Amino acid sequence: MTLKISQAHIDAILEQSRVEYPDEACGVILGPLGKDHALRLKPMINAAHSPTFYEFDPKDLLSLYREVDDNDEEIVVIYHSHTETEAYPSRTDIAYAGEPGAHYVLVSTRKEIAPATEFRSYRIIDGVVTEEKVSISE
Amino acid sequence: MTTAIEVRIPTILRPYTKEQKVVAASGETLSAVIADLDVQYPGISERLLENGALRRFINLYVNDEDVRFLGGLEAPVKNGDSITILPAVAGG
Repeated sequence: MTLKISQAHIDAILEQSRVEYPDEACGVILGPLGKDHALRLKPMINAAHSPTFYEFDPKDLLSLYREVDDNDEEIVVIYHSHTETEAYPSRTDIAYAGEPGAHYVLVSTRKEIAPATEFRSYRIIDGVVTEEKVSISE
Repeated sequence: MTTAIEVRIPTILRPYTKEQKVVAASGETLSAVIADLDVQYPGISERLLENGALRRFINLYVNDEDVRFLGGLEAPVKNGDSITILPAVAGG
């Protein structure tokens, strides 16, 4: 598998992660149902407001799924930032991963690598993490 | 007289419901509805409950209201209600 994503979306996710630091930033990219096409970036509020945890507010979560249903869309990407660790799914990320069809994107804005950043994508299915290639379009 | 309640199933649980997105169940409380679902779709309750409580990473709504504010598993439901199950989007 490969995640196809635009440079503009990558830049927006990294910028959001910098702005929300030291809290983890999170959001989704939606696209037309069944196309695996990351089209519409939708930043979400981290209801946990934490440097070590993120969670979509249950109300926002329901609105998001309603919106996706109403628009015949799917959640193509679920992303969040790690502020002090590498861009690899934590044990908690794996335990919570509930969308077998989504690309789980992790970015890292940790100081050790600044100003560089990490942007990586994974499938997380039944507790198994598989990293995938990230292919950048214009 | 049984009650008919619509239950919306998330992708991750559709293997239990033969890929059906919406199923019907009955019961007068959320807990009874989950028990009924488990009779129809064996194993599904284990994905929703842990030691008799709602799993932390599952969100349940009755008519768009988070059940945590409706009494949790004891939340009353009635004919025509709609229950939505969603996996939390969360992590560390």
